[in-house]
This record gives sequence, structure tokens and C-alpha cells, in this order.
Amino acid sequence: MPLLEVKSLKIYYFTLRGVVKAVDNVSFTLEKGESLAIVGESGSGKSTLGYGLIRLVPPPGRIVEGEIILDGTDLTKLPESRIRREIRWKRISMVFQGALNALNPVKRVGDQIVDAILAHESVTKKEALQRAMELLKAVGIDPRRVNNYPHEFSGGMKQRVVIAMALALNPDIVIADEPTTALDVVVQAQILNLLKKLKQERKMSIILITHDLSLVAELADKVAIMYGGKMVEIGSSDDIYTDPKHPYTKGLMASIPRLGGKKELYWIPGNPPDLRSPPPGCRFHPRCPYAMDICRVKEPPYYNIKGVSVACWLFEEKKSGG
Amino acid sequence: MSTYSYKDLILFGEGLKVYFSLARSLTEALTFKKGRNVRAVDGVNIYLPRNKVTCLVGESGCGKTTLGRSIIGLIRPTEGRIYYKPSKELEELMEKEGVSKREDFYDITDVSGKIYKLLRRELQIVFQDPYGSLNPRMTVKEILEEPLIIHGIGESEDERLEMVIKALTDVKLTPPEEFLNLYPFQLSGGQRQRVNIARALILGAKVVVADEPVSMLDVSIRAEILKLMLDLKENRDLTYLFITHDLAVASIICDYINIMYLGKIVERGPTDEVIKNPKHPYTQALLVAVPQPDPKGRWVIKEVPIKGEVPSAINIPPGCRFHPRCPYAMDVCYREEPPEYLVGKDHYSACWLHKEKK
Repeated sequence: MPLLEVKSLKIYYFTLRGVVKAVDNVSFTLEKGESLAIVGESGSGKSTLGYGLIRLVPPPGRIVEGEIILDGTDLTKLPESRIRREIRWKRISMVFQGALNALNPVKRVGDQIVDAILAHESVTKKEALQRAMELLKAVGIDPRRVNNYPHEFSGGMKQRVVIAMALALNPDIVIADEPTTALDVVVQAQILNLLKKLKQERKMSIILITHDLSLVAELADKVAIMYGGKMVEIGSSDDIYTDPKHPYTKGLMASIPRLGGKKELYWIPGNPPDLRSPPPGCRFHPRCPYAMDICRVKEPPYYNIKGVSVACWLFEEKKSGG
Repeated sequence: MSTYSYKDLILFGEGLKVYFSLARSLTEALTFKKGRNVRAVDGVNIYLPRNKVTCLVGESGCGKTTLGRSIIGLIRPTEGRIYYKPSKELEELMEKEGVSKREDFYDITDVSGKIYKLLRRELQIVFQDPYGSLNPRMTVKEILEEPLIIHGIGESEDERLEMVIKALTDVKLTPPEEFLNLYPFQLSGGQRQRVNIARALILGAKVVVADEPVSMLDVSIRAEILKLMLDLKENRDLTYLFITHDLAVASIICDYINIMYLGKIVERGPTDEVIKNPKHPYTQALLVAVPQPDPKGRWVIKEVPIKGEVPSAINIPPGCRFHPRCPYAMDVCYREEPPEYLVGKDHYSACWLHKEKK
């Protein structure tokens, strides 16, 4: 049984100007110690999906349908009080986007980690502080700096503190939402190394939410590509990188600028859809070079092609053709 | 000491320094301490060959934006001179006003308001943030018409409208009539950046500083904007200073690369030279750190040879400013700032390591 199983999850925002289907019928599984990357462009619903997993979808959004099964328990059915006590941070924690601003500027970093521990466990403050120091050490910060304030830390170190906070209760799953966007490449490489080490040493499952496919390759075992609130392709990262199947995935892969690669520029024409009124049929069809008649009217089902799940009508053809 | 042939250049700056003074704190004022400076740009030579893309690559806070703004006169440099080869029309005026000259270049570091205004037409900038750099209360037409009005171009509103329509067509916002009356919030990020480019070009720019023009756009549309910029460069004989933190993007679109660290250019040269044969330890580390889209990379912990983070530009380390992070630091690096050594064709690196090899 997988550690986490998400089944036909739908998260909609009910705005005055219409219903935004930010996450629409998304399913995936995550094993213990596995890292999954959820990749998508702005407005693809990837962050909403992350918030959904810890039941923190901001209003007017809410989970409309589907199941989030963690170790046999459906999180969508649990009351908020139990989520807060038993699940959030304890089982699943999150490194929020813009983590550099996620720390309280007038509180020592140690105390902020201690708060997280004390809110969940009945330990003494001294024990909690001891743990905070161990956590700082684990993320590569000198434990003696436990009494420093956030402004005394550099950007990369703040990011490490935020990661340490996410690890405070030794969760099974850490969701990292764009953990390195505000950081420079050298620091980004250091943070990636940290996440790799944590994954190997603690057998932690990581869900990495990002738009950067180069970053994903550095960390993820499994990759899920989101477009317009839908998961269009999911598979092992080896498969997705060497043989992308969905036309959107192919386009994205070709758009990555590569060092020392071909000096050609490739892009996907058009713009991402407005989720308030997504195009009918397959949401990618207005930008798809292979769009057929059926794509404009009917949403594609998932096809399983050698272990990769892909939502595209192209594979229907191949089936009937051969 | 440059081997750049001056005849290929359109603009260059030498010995540029831009310091920002910090407000003194009460204790500092009471103890008569000297005010401190942020040395954003600290002694830089920069050369822009005509009709080429020159990149300025560096981490945040290295001074790349400040340098970019200073060479087109948006920030006055504390020290150093900027030279520019203007259009015929402007050249006549500069000649008449007696602007000082060096070969074919005019010193534009401090010029009269009249010349400055004309220079502004030729030296333009595309800002990073397509969301913050367009006035949300103006329509696309108003945004593009404003520079024409300010510079008194176009006899009538109809004539200006025609220019606006042409500018929109040039940046492929077609059909232009559909965009004229839209407000920025009605445009996608890519469309906004096109409006930004149109605004920079509508007065007939010759040199454009592009400050991270695609870093806030989605991956799938970045290349489209880059391609547009390259096409415009060919069609209109433009010269770009392209500021970016992304070496992969720089390696694709730039002809020349300048690597900047803490206010200094530490390595510069033709793009392929610098990318394939990096000489400065900082450039080497940057190249290692760039994530590669290869899933095999997830099994290895990538050792980036440099430690820590960029120090503050207020307290720049003595000697070579990179020495606290440099894996090869020697005694001399702690004491003396390295000069630029020629390490390949048109390829310079400011590092003491090259001295030994000589």
C-alpha cells in the first residue's frame, strides 16, 4: 500500500466571477522515501494541490471531491481539529513558497522551531530547544545560532531554517513549494544537496512543487506534469525525461535552456488557459500542434503507456491502429 | 588594455564605480565615524559591440542591474566615464555643444539636459517585472503614446496612433487594434513584456538594456520573447546589454558574456569561450551549480566548490573580493586585487592564478 494515495481530487475556488477549477480530477500515489515533483506553469494548480494535501486551501477555495488517503485514513473526511493535532506538520509538513518571508522577524529562530514542537508534543521547553539545535545541525547551520534573529541570517540560511521547521516533528512527507526560487544558483545547489541528503538519510518522502524542470531532474524519482488544473502525464523521471509522451511535456522539455546544448530557441505558442473558462475538451488543444477534432470536444482519458500515465487522445489512435 | 577594436563598439564604460551612501546610524554620527557606502559597482570596464548581445551574469546583489542602469544614464556613476557613438542627428548636436570626444565616441557621463533627453531616445531599458513596470491605470495605447508626447514626436494624435499600431505590430501583438484599449491586467505576462519592449523601441532605440526580461515569465513562453528580441535586433540594428542570473539562457542568446561578482567583472569574453573554457574559479563554480535536466543527477550529491554566500557590498573583502569563498585562495589574494589577465582570444579573467601560469 502506498504511503499517500490521492484519488480524483477536485479543488475549486468559488469566486464572484465564476468557479475556478484549480485542481480538477487529479490522482497519484506516493511511496515512502519517494520523491515526486509536481511541475506546472503559473496557474496550473500545482500550489493549490500542495495546499490541498495539508488541508490549507485558502478560501474561497475548497476541496470539492476526491480522497487523500494517508496510511488508510482519508484526510478529506477528518475534522479540522484532528488534522491540526494529528496530521498537519506531524505527518505532512510544508516548506512554503517565499519561505524567506515565512519567518517571524521579531522572534529568535530557535523559539520559532520550539513553538512548532510544543504545539504538538508534550515535551519540556528545554528538550524542545535541544531538538531545535539538532535540527539546525541537520540542515547545516551551526546550532549555536539558535538564538539569532532571522535578519542575522542570509537568504540561503533562512531557507534552511524553514526546512528545519518542516522537519521538526519528523513528518513522513514534506511538501516543498518552489523551495529555491528566490535563491542564487550556488545556494540553490546547496539546498538541493540538503534535500537529497534528507531523503536518503531519513527515508523522507518529498513532494516538490516547481516550474523548473532542470531542478526536478536533480531530485525527483517521479514526475507529474500539470496543465490547467489537470495532471496530463505522470511517470518515473527517467521515462518522462528520456521519452516524454504528452505534447505539452514534450514542449516543456524542449523549452528548457540547456548549458552547452543547441543554440535553438523553442517554445509552446499561445498562453496558458484561464481556469475560469477553460477550453472544452482537452485543455491543451488550443496550443497543441497535434490537435484533432476529438480534442476540441472531449476530455482525454488516461492511457497507460509502459508505466507512464498520459492524458492525450493521440494514444487512443495508436491503440486502435495497432 | 582591451583587444576590443573600438570601431566595433557602440557604447562602453571604463572605470565605472557606483556607490550608494548609507544613512549613518545615531551611534555612528555621535562617534564621528565616516559614513559607509554600498559599493554596488566597483571599478568596471564594460564594452558593448554594435548589433551584438552582451550578457551580464551574476547573482543577486552583485550590482548587475546598477551597472546596466548606469551605462544608459539612469544612475549617475560615482566615478568613471561612459562613451557612446550616437546617431548622425545627435552627433551634430553634440559636436555643436562641444561634448568631449574620444576617437568616434562622445562622453555621455554628464551631459546637458537637452542632450540627455535626446540620448534617452537611443538608450532604452526593458525592466524585469512585466507586472510592476506598466501603469495599471493606462491603456496599452496610452502607455505607448506617452513617450511620443514627451518627446514631441508626431504632429497629430492620428499620426501617433499610427506609430503605436506599428510598434504593436513589430512586437507581434496582432491584430494591434485589439490591444490598443486593453489595460495591463487584461494581458498575459508575455504580452505585457511585449508592450514593454514596444515602449523601449518606439522612440528608435539603438542600445537596449534588458534587465532579466524573461525571468518572471513561464518557461514555455520565455523562448518566444527571446526570439522576438533577437529578431528585432537583426531588423533594427539594435545592441543589447542582457542582464540575467541564468547562465543557460545567457549561453544561448549572448555573443559576449561578462561574469560579475560583488561589483566587479571577474571574467569576460566570447560566450562559447567562457562557457566551455571558464578560467575564473567563480565562473567555474557557477557552471557546476547550474541544475541539469538529467534525471541521473538525483543520485549524486553535487559538490559545488565554493562555500557560503555572497558577502555584503558594504564590507567588501580586501584583496580579491572572491577570496573568502575561493577554493584556491593564496596569500596574495588576501592582500591585493588581481588585474585582468588575457586567457584566450578576447577572453579575460581577473584572478591571481593566471599569473603563475605566465
